[in-house]
Amino acid sequence: MKMTKSPWVLHYDGSSCNGCDIEVLASTTPRYDLERFGIINTGDPKHADVFLITGGINFQNRMVVQQLYSQMPDPKVVVAVGICACDGGVFKDCYNILGGVDKVIPVDIYVPGCAARPESIIEGVVKALDILKKKRDRMKQGLPPEEKGWAIANIRDGKALAAQEARINAQLKMEDEAREARYRAHEEAHKE
Amino acid sequence: MGIIEFLIFFPFVAAALLYLLGNGEKIYKARKVIVKGSSLVIMASVIYLAVRVLAGNESGSFLTEANIPNYFVMGGELLLMVLVTYYGFHYHKAYAAVLSWIGTIPVLWLDISGYAVEGLPHFRVDNLTVIMCLVVGIVGGFICIYAVGYIKDYHHHHRNFPERSNWFLAMLFVFLGAMFGLLFSDNLGWMYFFWEITSVCSFLLIGYNKLPESINNSFKALWMNLLGGCGFMAAILYANIRLGACNLSQLHLMGSQSSPGLMIVVTLLAFAALTKSAQIPFNGWLLGAMVAPTPTSALLHSATMVKAGVYLLIRIAPLMAGTMTGVMVTLIGGFTFFAASLMAIATSDGKRLLAHSTVSNLGLIVACAGVGHPESVWAATMLIIFHAVSKSLMFLCVGAVENETGSRNIEDMHGLIVKMPRMAFVMIIGICGMYLAPFGMLVAKWAALKSYIDSGSVWLVLFLVFGTASTSFYWGKWLGKIMAVIHKSQALRDTTHIGEWEAIYPLAVLVVMMCMLFPFISSYLIQPVLNQMFDTIVPPVIGGSDIGVMLLMLSLVISIPIAGVVVSRHRSGITDQNTRSYMSGINAGDDRHFLNSYGDVQPLYMSNWYMIDLIGELRILKPCQMIAASILVIFMIIIIGGAI
Amino acid sequence: MRILLGFLMILVAPFAGAILSGIDRFCSARMQRRVGPPILQPFYDFYKFTQKKAYIVNGLQWLLVWGHFLFVVLSIWIIYSGEDFLLAIFSLTLSEMMLCLAAYSASAPYSNMSAQRELLQMACTEPMLLLTAIGFYLNSHSFMVSDIVSCSTPAILRAPGMFAGLLVILPIELRKSPFDVSSSHHAHQEMVKGVTTDISGRTMALVELTEWFEIFLMCTFVGLFFAYDNSLTGYLIGIAVALAVMLVMTLTDNVFPRVKWERMLAITWSTTFIAAGGNLLVLTLLQA
Repeated sequence: MKMTKSPWVLHYDGSSCNGCDIEVLASTTPRYDLERFGIINTGDPKHADVFLITGGINFQNRMVVQQLYSQMPDPKVVVAVGICACDGGVFKDCYNILGGVDKVIPVDIYVPGCAARPESIIEGVVKALDILKKKRDRMKQGLPPEEKGWAIANIRDGKALAAQEARINAQLKMEDEAREARYRAHEEAHKE
Repeated sequence: MGIIEFLIFFPFVAAALLYLLGNGEKIYKARKVIVKGSSLVIMASVIYLAVRVLAGNESGSFLTEANIPNYFVMGGELLLMVLVTYYGFHYHKAYAAVLSWIGTIPVLWLDISGYAVEGLPHFRVDNLTVIMCLVVGIVGGFICIYAVGYIKDYHHHHRNFPERSNWFLAMLFVFLGAMFGLLFSDNLGWMYFFWEITSVCSFLLIGYNKLPESINNSFKALWMNLLGGCGFMAAILYANIRLGACNLSQLHLMGSQSSPGLMIVVTLLAFAALTKSAQIPFNGWLLGAMVAPTPTSALLHSATMVKAGVYLLIRIAPLMAGTMTGVMVTLIGGFTFFAASLMAIATSDGKRLLAHSTVSNLGLIVACAGVGHPESVWAATMLIIFHAVSKSLMFLCVGAVENETGSRNIEDMHGLIVKMPRMAFVMIIGICGMYLAPFGMLVAKWAALKSYIDSGSVWLVLFLVFGTASTSFYWGKWLGKIMAVIHKSQALRDTTHIGEWEAIYPLAVLVVMMCMLFPFISSYLIQPVLNQMFDTIVPPVIGGSDIGVMLLMLSLVISIPIAGVVVSRHRSGITDQNTRSYMSGINAGDDRHFLNSYGDVQPLYMSNWYMIDLIGELRILKPCQMIAASILVIFMIIIIGGAI
Repeated sequence: MRILLGFLMILVAPFAGAILSGIDRFCSARMQRRVGPPILQPFYDFYKFTQKKAYIVNGLQWLLVWGHFLFVVLSIWIIYSGEDFLLAIFSLTLSEMMLCLAAYSASAPYSNMSAQRELLQMACTEPMLLLTAIGFYLNSHSFMVSDIVSCSTPAILRAPGMFAGLLVILPIELRKSPFDVSSSHHAHQEMVKGVTTDISGRTMALVELTEWFEIFLMCTFVGLFFAYDNSLTGYLIGIAVALAVMLVMTLTDNVFPRVKWERMLAITWSTTFIAAGGNLLVLTLLQA
């Protein structure tokens, strides 16, 4: 039995113009019928095997994409659908766009097109399944799913991203400290 | 001096001792010893009594000649009346005093005028008495042990209340003594005397901290119970003067002749019992009683006070079978079971929820008693035992959690399993004992269902099935709240008193043990009750392969956590990995915060679902009381009017 | 002998349930004029989940999911070894409660919200399940399944109201529209994935497996209405009707939109009250 007979897809819309999203949905309709491959469009990263992203990555959704990716259990593959997801497309030079999906998470299959046609989306997903199988086999041997480590590529706005992360971490730290203080006050109050 | 007199008098002696000891840090140790010692003595003596009765050595009736004790009883009644009158006028609630006069003076007149029937045994001991004594003695004893540590903590946290803890503990013991008296009495007049003591005691205990709210609620409890007392008084008058009967067992013997006058007595007694067991429309006093310190609520609502009402109902159950009174009682009980469980869904205060749940479960017991079949009486007795133990455990746990975290709101118990793991575990046992499958309450509910169907009461079956559904809804919510595992939280310092644990642990063990031993409880404790009550050999209610399957279920429930520990130590293959919970990808890194639309960190709060707009207390309590009150009034008019 | 049948059915149930689930997806696809997945698709899904890592939120969850699984199995065993029908329902309730608690234990927004909806669903189904048992009892004067199947008249003749009521709550148990408010058997829905939102990998495989058992159990409930005299005809009719009911459920799933919880509560309780309660009243009056 092959685990590639049941790839569940998590579809995320980055900053696309919705052209590619329409096509992704079109491929689940009776005309193209993704489900005959056992593919299901799920909403939950924890059940998904294939991460389908349309549209480029911007400041707002960068962390969301990274988090969804981190919540998908291994083995998993990422498919970038449409030219924007591949490298930013026409929005590439916008002030808020970081670029393609591969700026923030590793991408296995690129499906170009503006918008990508359902046939090519389905082919992309089916191709990704082979990679999924390879990753599973590597995992079974006790190796990490990827061959080489992946790091955030050299991004134009590295400084701004670091600032964003620092701000969130500082806020979290404040909350943690406040909770810790409450906890300690409670402990003090109950020290007989 | 037999064991009976000892059980009645000993708590009063202990109470006097505790009261005279006074307050303060110095006597704390002595007080602890006294309370623990007397509780253990009480427990030991009820067990001794139980063993003797079950072995057939001590049962039957006692104390035929009782002139001097009769004077004591009369004096006591007078004293209670004076007390209530004083408090009634002191707090400008004269109606309580008036109710007390109405309830007491005719009974005194009866005794003095010589109309009272005399010359029959005043005490009786049989298996039902023994079961109730076990419940009152053991559960009540544990509550008293718990109370010593609790009341100390209570005053530690509420420094603005006047310290009267000696008085408080004394009252608890007085309560126990009165309860024993009530259980042993066969004479209606004596029973009434002890009945009134419990009413007044509960009034004093509820008003313990003397806040305006407590005072109001305590008077609410007082007038409702005194109203029931008036019903009791009327029953005594009628029984003595018209029927020439002064004993419960005499009424039983008359049951076979089914005289119309008997039904009046039974109906009036049932009315008194309905007020005592806080059935809608009289549920207000029990809800209000939650302002009192926790041991009060535990003692009043799980083990003693409310059980007095259903005890009386079970006593007269064979007389009610198939009569209009039976229909009245079952209707009120079934309706209460359903309506109170709905209100419990919309309640977030832990103690108030427990109060609603008590009312609701009592409704079930009342309905079982009203049906009056052997099976339903079996179910009622089983329910009393299991409810007393599980509910007192829950009360004690909520009280301990409140002392620890400062809140008894269920919302604040989110993640208790991490914060207070031991307490959470015990609470899980308590909640499971209240409604989940292999545990006791459900077994009894099952028998109740069977008897309702057999007796052909369609309404009751419907009340039961819908009530069961809503019951599992509110308990499930609470259980879920406790079991939530929150990221980045840690165990709190456990400051629960060792004395509190000494009460909580045994009760938790008792809940589990009783589930395992329920076939024995059924055959050795409850089956003889049925045989005595119905004068025939009643076949076992739940038996055969069912017990095997039940025990299989129970062992599965117990083995799951154990297996979990074993398996988690030997895991191999693809290993698990920890991750944060799903929040549409905007989890801020821990499960407690998310990133809002400004990209800022925002704390997350998850509330339970209460449906206040649909079934909130404010919305449905009044209509429910109206409905129940009109059922009660209409039926009583029909029954009593028809009989006269 | 009967006990052995119980164990045998524990082995048969998941396969039957999975095939039924596969047929359901296939028929559903055909109703939408799609090709649809192969009938064996549920097995593929199950296998896939076993091959994945489990990303867990806490250590309590998988334990509760195991409880969820075990008590459904116990429920199947109780019914097929001819034991008490009510106990089977209690066991089923316990198992569903465990799933709710597993969701609660995640302490996460979607899980929490759907755990409460799941509790509400249980409140919607429980009266009807109990009344189904009562219907059987009034027919055969016993809660034992062995007596129920050997009663001389099939329960459907005396308790058609219970049967109708059961059909109304069946979509809840099978997680189908219009009553799939807590979690849908479809992968995608508004509550993300309901009670299983924070369950993944092998733990999720166990949930899938349990769902097969549940499907089989529901078919059994339906089929029991038609068993009589312990005869083969009765059993065959029962199986046929159960299959037909499954098909109707697939159709229902495709034609109805999801309702709000208030509607669900109102619809299920009122049908339970009217159909099953009315039936109960008539039966009681006839027997009195």
